[in-house]
Amino acid sequence: MTRPTAPGAQNGAPGIDRPADRTALRPAVAAAVSTRRGVELALLALAAVITTGALVLVEANQEQELTWALLYLGAAYMALLALAHLAVRKFAPYADPLVLPLAALLNGIGLVMIHRVDLARIARAVSLGNEEPAQEALRQVGWTAIGLVFFVGVLWLVPDHRTLARYGYTAGFAGLILLALPAVLPASLSEVNGARIWIRLGPASIQPGEFAKILFVVFFASFLVVKRDLFTSAGKHFLGMTFPRPRDLGPLLVAWGVAMAVLVFESDLGTSLMFFGIVLVMLYVATERISWVLIGLTIFGAGAFAAWTFVSRVQIRVSVWLDPFADYNGRGFQVSQGLFGLATGGMGGTGLGAGRPELVPFASTDFIFTSLGEEIGLVGIAALLLIYCLLATRAMRSALAVRDTFGKLLAAGLGFAIAWQVFVVVGGVINLIPNTGITAPFVSYGGSSLVANYALVALVLRVSNAARQPSTEKRPGTPVPGQGQAPLAPLAEASTEMVSRDQVRTPPHGGVRQEAGAPPDPAPRGRTRGE
Amino acid sequence: MNTPLRRVSLAVMVLILLLLGQATWIQVVKADEYRADPRNARVLLDEYSRQRGQISAGGEVLAQSVQSPDPGDRLRYQRQYTDGPLYAPVTGYYSQIYGAGGMERAMDPVLNGTDDRLFVRRISDAVTGRDPAGGNVVLSIDPRVQRAAYEAMTSRGYQGSVVAIRPQTGEILAMVSTPSYDPNPLASHSGTTQQNAWNQLTEDDPPTLTNRATSETYPPGSTFKIVTTAAALEAGAITPEAPVTAAPRITLPDSTTTLENYDGKPCGPGASVPFATAFAKSCNGPFAQLGAQIGADRLRAMAVSLGFENPGLTVPMPVQASRLGDMADGASTAQSSIGQRDVRLTPLQNAQITATVANGGVPMTPTTVAQIQGQDLSTVESTEPDRLARAFSQSTADTLTQLMIGSENNGSGQGRIPGVQIASKTGTAEWGANPKTNPPHTWYDAFGPVPNPQIAVSVIVERGGNRGEEATGGSVASPIGRAVIAAALGSGS
Repeated sequence: MTRPTAPGAQNGAPGIDRPADRTALRPAVAAAVSTRRGVELALLALAAVITTGALVLVEANQEQELTWALLYLGAAYMALLALAHLAVRKFAPYADPLVLPLAALLNGIGLVMIHRVDLARIARAVSLGNEEPAQEALRQVGWTAIGLVFFVGVLWLVPDHRTLARYGYTAGFAGLILLALPAVLPASLSEVNGARIWIRLGPASIQPGEFAKILFVVFFASFLVVKRDLFTSAGKHFLGMTFPRPRDLGPLLVAWGVAMAVLVFESDLGTSLMFFGIVLVMLYVATERISWVLIGLTIFGAGAFAAWTFVSRVQIRVSVWLDPFADYNGRGFQVSQGLFGLATGGMGGTGLGAGRPELVPFASTDFIFTSLGEEIGLVGIAALLLIYCLLATRAMRSALAVRDTFGKLLAAGLGFAIAWQVFVVVGGVINLIPNTGITAPFVSYGGSSLVANYALVALVLRVSNAARQPSTEKRPGTPVPGQGQAPLAPLAEASTEMVSRDQVRTPPHGGVRQEAGAPPDPAPRGRTRGE
Repeated sequence: MNTPLRRVSLAVMVLILLLLGQATWIQVVKADEYRADPRNARVLLDEYSRQRGQISAGGEVLAQSVQSPDPGDRLRYQRQYTDGPLYAPVTGYYSQIYGAGGMERAMDPVLNGTDDRLFVRRISDAVTGRDPAGGNVVLSIDPRVQRAAYEAMTSRGYQGSVVAIRPQTGEILAMVSTPSYDPNPLASHSGTTQQNAWNQLTEDDPPTLTNRATSETYPPGSTFKIVTTAAALEAGAITPEAPVTAAPRITLPDSTTTLENYDGKPCGPGASVPFATAFAKSCNGPFAQLGAQIGADRLRAMAVSLGFENPGLTVPMPVQASRLGDMADGASTAQSSIGQRDVRLTPLQNAQITATVANGGVPMTPTTVAQIQGQDLSTVESTEPDRLARAFSQSTADTLTQLMIGSENNGSGQGRIPGVQIASKTGTAEWGANPKTNPPHTWYDAFGPVPNPQIAVSVIVERGGNRGEEATGGSVASPIGRAVIAAALGSGS
């Protein structure tokens, strides 16, 4: 960390002596640190305007009647977002102002595209004389509402992200159960299109893997906070890297085992890839050792190779990836059609509502990116990918800024999870990597994905709130005159300390810790947690 | 721990960059290839929103796009074919699900209006606010000849093909393939109708979707003797009067295999007959010997100059290349000389050979397109006759004509046209694994009238029509060829 303080701390005028009465400080802090909620509201309004505009374009190109109802829809969308915004104002006033608008914009574009595919499906059903299919867009609006309820719920129930550290093992266990459930359930309840990653309960199907993703990030963050000293302290130097001791490889091997089990028993390359990628990155962030990543990639590569050798579904995916057109009328049909759609869209796209995205199977779920690529072109796709990039890097930025290790790991894990999921799903449909069949966060049709990702964003906001919040209550040491901001640096490196307010004024640890990037402290860093 | 965080942020950006790179690859670099892929139905669907040009021949509209009668139809224009099965081998089909075939595919840029030759008209459409529409294609097909050929084949229940060419220009006057199909259901806007039609058509036995005239190759049998004779005449290896063997069977060179005449009878009473008689009676022995004598290279050179071994020919539908086989030794050269062994040609190729004789030895580029028109029926481009390199001399052509007149007059003469001299050659080709028990394919290559030929025609009736193993080109295919010539001359063209 080149700059030892978090932005909030900087603005909080750290050099001055703190008055004993904290309540007296509050107004001054509020005046000094902008919450930037106004920016958030303006950006949300922009997201609603873009979404409504996109909807109008779809309707115009589809020669549907343009009515005021479209504006009401836009207004309703804005109202939903405004409620979320109010919740942020109340529960996380210092949260990053970009995160919610970015998620809302992705959600809005997704809704428009799902509606657009609905129109095509209805037209097709009518031309074939079939019954009109249910409108997925309406359901997705319902899921958006539920997602926002989750969003508000998480902000409300988790007032401080560090409390989550206590439930690390619980989260891990719950995540494992959710991940394993579809494999244990009979295929009739869990299998959709060959992948057993669902729990189907009547009309509602949920993909538990989406929730497991968040729970695992929580688990690994809390696990690594406790164990990372162990992982960083011992090891052998080899090829310019420090390799961990074999016995410390346990957690990695367990994660690998789980990933492989998902691959083999649920035939789901996507979830497996997702899960293992997140674990690796969190291990790397916690230990600062690239050797973990190399070991992880090696064993995952070996496992994936074995799966490719023995699991026919994986073989199919790989052969389609290598040449989607080889089995055009069979297994390669979906990817080929997707590529045709993207190519027909070209640089500028056919225009919203003017393409034929419905020719691609699953045009509103797994393959929504080819639908978007066809109608808004490379330009539009690039914009969406940059939105994702921004969303993920905002989470990373919160991880940089927040001062506790758990928060850092949590935000990094969640941020990377978004980017990694986008890479796996979009890479799959544009044939950069084998197609896997998971959903694009916020954009794809699918309740579990949307709800889980709103919860994820709420956690990111929670961490970013802690990062930007004036840190008067949590600052562990009274600044020593002459040392400037130096005492703040250890905070960024500190592991989670649950400190009661009485303990606040006593530093939980003495001395100045070294900055990240410097050689690791050879001394064991085990520390007590004031729980 | 902030260093790895920064690196992970960087990795996130790299991941997104990789996606952008691949998206650029698909949507910019590979875009044209994928967009134009015939399996990509999007372009087709797009085309339904514009009025596609019409295909016409001799004043008759064969294919046109009309406003869809169903106002709720998302595809504005419905493609319609008049006399579908009659013209299907030429027009092809235009299907939302299955893409396009035949002329619909070959002339697609003109019909959908994107062809560069229509550029100026597109601009003027845009300026005048007229709905953009495709250009029209006028065929060289003569509806009377086409209909006569089609009816002659179907009324007898024959399976096969007829191709007629105007010798002086290369214009294709008839292109028939039977049994044929109706392209209308494939152009239906109902997916189910299209699917049912397609499933049925692709399972048809004998096949109906295949345009036999251009896409099917057959052993030419004795009709190939025209090529052998042309090569021998050019090489100075034979004259019509020269004596040749009359034996009912000969032993092939470099082998012990024997080759006998079609009916196993001698060619004449004596040991030898004049070559003209052997040609008229189509005795196999002399031609096998002649082919072996002039050699594979000369035979191949003649065949190639007549259009064989050309995989790139389009009329403008792509035409399957006609092949000679490798003719590695004397025996195979001898067998190839009578149109057996590995010689395979399309009915179009056989018509082209006949037309070249009729045109004095100069082959013309064959085509079915006479004109390209704009949306307003004004001529944008007319096809000019295109001479190819001379295949053989005028005197060889004259000699061949006389030989073919001898052949025509030797036959049974069913359907002979009074006052019209036809020059022809029949063929009866063995094929398949059991050549002696399969009903043979029967051929008739003819042009007329001599001395001013208006039409050259090649007829193939697969599997001997209704005559079974007894079928010959003379008895089965020739009445059809004569009916086609009669129709062409009757039309006054």
